[in-house]
Amino acid sequence: MNWIGRSLPRLEDPTLLRGGGSYVADRIGKAAAVRFVRSPVARGAILNIEIPPGAIVFTGRDLAAVKPIRPILHRPDYVAIGQPVLPVDRISFAGQAVAVVVADDAAAAEDLADQVFVDIDACDAIVDLELALKPGAAAVHPEAPSNVLVEGRLATADFDQAFASAAEIVTLELRSRRQSAAPLEGRGGVAAYDAATGRVTLSASVQMPHMLRTGIADLLGIAEAELRVIAPDVGGGFGQKMSLFPEYVVLVWLARKLRRDVAWIEDRRENFLASAHGRDQAFTVRGAFAADGRLLGLDADLRSNVGAFSCYPVTCGVEPLMALAELSGPYNFQAYRVRSRGVTTNTCMMAPYRGVSRPMLTFTMERLMDTAARRLGLDAVEIRRRNLIDAFPHRSPTGLIYDEGSYKQAMEIAVEAVDLPAFRKQQQTLRAQGRYLGVGISVFSERTGYGTPAYAARGMDIVPGYEIVDCTMDPSGHVELRIGASPHGQGLKTSLAQLVADELGIDPQHIRIISGDTDATPYGWGSFASRSMVIAGGASKLAAGKIAVKLKSIAARLLEADADSVTLGDGWARVSDSNQAIEIGALARAAYHRSHQFAGITPGLHENAVYDPGGTFSNACHIAFVDVDIETGGVTVDRFVVVEDAGVLINPMIVDGQIAGGVAQGTANALYEEIIYDEAGNLLTASFADYLLPTAAEIPEIEIIHLETVSPESVTKAKGVGEGGAIGAPAAIINAIVDALAPFGIEILEMPATPQRIRDQLRRAGVVSHG
Amino acid sequence: MAERRSIILNVNGRPHAVDVEPRRTLADVLREDCHLTGTHLGCEHGVCGACTVLVDDKPIRSCLMFGVQAEGKAIRTVEGLADGDSLHPLQRAFWENHGLQCGFCTPGFLMLAAGALQENPDMSDDEIRDLLASNLCRCTGYQNIIKAVRLAAAEMRTRPRE
Repeated sequence: MNWIGRSLPRLEDPTLLRGGGSYVADRIGKAAAVRFVRSPVARGAILNIEIPPGAIVFTGRDLAAVKPIRPILHRPDYVAIGQPVLPVDRISFAGQAVAVVVADDAAAAEDLADQVFVDIDACDAIVDLELALKPGAAAVHPEAPSNVLVEGRLATADFDQAFASAAEIVTLELRSRRQSAAPLEGRGGVAAYDAATGRVTLSASVQMPHMLRTGIADLLGIAEAELRVIAPDVGGGFGQKMSLFPEYVVLVWLARKLRRDVAWIEDRRENFLASAHGRDQAFTVRGAFAADGRLLGLDADLRSNVGAFSCYPVTCGVEPLMALAELSGPYNFQAYRVRSRGVTTNTCMMAPYRGVSRPMLTFTMERLMDTAARRLGLDAVEIRRRNLIDAFPHRSPTGLIYDEGSYKQAMEIAVEAVDLPAFRKQQQTLRAQGRYLGVGISVFSERTGYGTPAYAARGMDIVPGYEIVDCTMDPSGHVELRIGASPHGQGLKTSLAQLVADELGIDPQHIRIISGDTDATPYGWGSFASRSMVIAGGASKLAAGKIAVKLKSIAARLLEADADSVTLGDGWARVSDSNQAIEIGALARAAYHRSHQFAGITPGLHENAVYDPGGTFSNACHIAFVDVDIETGGVTVDRFVVVEDAGVLINPMIVDGQIAGGVAQGTANALYEEIIYDEAGNLLTASFADYLLPTAAEIPEIEIIHLETVSPESVTKAKGVGEGGAIGAPAAIINAIVDALAPFGIEILEMPATPQRIRDQLRRAGVVSHG
Repeated sequence: MAERRSIILNVNGRPHAVDVEPRRTLADVLREDCHLTGTHLGCEHGVCGACTVLVDDKPIRSCLMFGVQAEGKAIRTVEGLADGDSLHPLQRAFWENHGLQCGFCTPGFLMLAAGALQENPDMSDDEIRDLLASNLCRCTGYQNIIKAVRLAAAEMRTRPRE
């Protein structure tokens, strides 16, 4: 039986559905409660911290021996900034933890934290990206007088020639406002102290348990063996939980200092204030087009607000350098000049959020294509047809190698599926009645499953990428798979079980996946960057494949057949073209208990494998249909179609779930969610009442069509699919709004396109006057 | 520090004697005093609905109610939804239709739907969508949750539980 390709209900679900999940807040036990005292101002000098009498409170002075978090990029244009786990003198953003309180329970800790008085000499904060770049702007960190922490530049030799030969040059200034990944479960950790050994076990809601252990051990100056990190059930991450936060370092320090268990579960306000944000970017681009619509070259100035600090381990280069490297997306041009800067401000740190730069760069390229099409008298489909890559491997202007994809085909299938001519007719009819419908297309590539070469190319000091998997078949024929990846909602355990089930010819129910525990899994990089199915999946397949070889050898000995003629399936090893067969469970028992019979075969069934691929590109086309109410500026997404090519689907239901969830987040990026600071750096959107996640009322059904281009770059033939929904949706929706409002010639270059922003444009165009 | 009150809460048909501060929310009492951690806290300000439980058959945000206010009422949490080994039709439908990913919001959606369907088993598709817009999910994009509730509602209409 083939398990790959089946929409198997998830193995993870029965426990979660019964309320039996074990999230970090469910593991507090008798731990003392920890509460952080946070700065009410964005920038200033700490003058004094007054502690209520009798309270257990620690400040930066108490933790002076703890090293600051100081991620490194080996680039001459990178300025390394240290983030103290608790600052001694300087406040860098509103919400920064400045002291820590320990009490018997959370309510008491909160009461005491309110009584800690932090006297700060506040000064003007630098909040806005463009203001931070102005000559003469104050410096957020003295080490970076220009406020630029990382700057990449590149120009291809043919750049000037491309622009000189252009028939049309399209210039756009685009802006993506700041967002939060907003996982439903915030951050939290329980640090348990073992009095017998002095060892600390930190359970934390994180995506990268091994990296967290390395980071904390380095900062505290302890051996990694003195710390165990567990990522239990994690209530969503989307990138926000892959960085090392000061709070976790402080927790482990406290457990060791106080020799007791301590727990910190943040509230929603803390998550908004002090976890990590994403997306705050401003791009200026000039596209040089030939008269026939071909894009000849691109000139780009990319600015990313990276917040107050650099995130560990991926650094603040993650957004600017990805934008620089991948801006060309699915389009075929070579002339490219780019300058990309990461700019520090007195705001919450920027860290990866599902999509990382690509929602913004897809928005950029797709607005560019639509704008050029309009100026050159082409339609949106035709201009893309003339520019999409269709020869593989494709080499991008920055030297990225794209494996085979289906860029044009995906778009043609999507266009066919939605019946554009019929929509155009309906659009015309309704316009006459004062209703404004629009359609928008977005075509993009999603670089996924990349190993160490991609990270090394960024100059990262810590180079993630590979995955190690340990696979053991026990004497009963059941399998334990220990993975370094760290799933947090993706259903990876089910997908890996399907993959391994096919490799070994056993039932997925007989495969147990062990993840998220540094004591029980090989070193690995966790789950992020649409990598786990490709990389942990690849390593799982390779490790299980070694066990399969061994099982076949043992079967061949026992059945006196040729090992090449043995196949594994449905729990049996069978010799082809004969009726000879033996149960896999019997083979497993023999491998352990009668190993003396199998000379030359190592006893037992334990193998491991490492997979470190170069990377593979998924691709997709999104088409959005919207209805814009010109009176309110409100946008309704009526229909959303995705044609996605992520290679071979291991579990189609899970893949569709990833796409649909991503599109929902992308819709929010386009229309709703915005982290807003005032000029002084105070966060104005610190609750779900102010930061608007979409609900079931806003997200339409997502129609999904799959293509399955097989990539030689992935041993499972699967490509990554975790981020695509979030990458493509914003551009499709904004393009649809612009199409809906085409009669008024309105351009939208800023996300989210809130009712306020749309009405502002309509007012400027004289379409509506009141309000 | 603060005064405490001894109360008995009826949760999933069982009495729980707890000694709590009057300011302690029902969510905290359920999680920390009754050790029923299936009820989750996503925002503690009444928007996300992850902490939804049934109080006298009505879905409520347990982060917006004090534990002491629930004395004498029948409280039902996600732990009380399945009938022993057999999952509730809503739980089964969420499983079969991939209505959950990380699972953190799931108990809240299950209890929201369970309470609403108990009150009105004949909700239209639009009413179901409106109802489910009460809670937040960050993973699924909602459609599989809507589908699961529609299918479970249909099943519950044809085979009502005794």
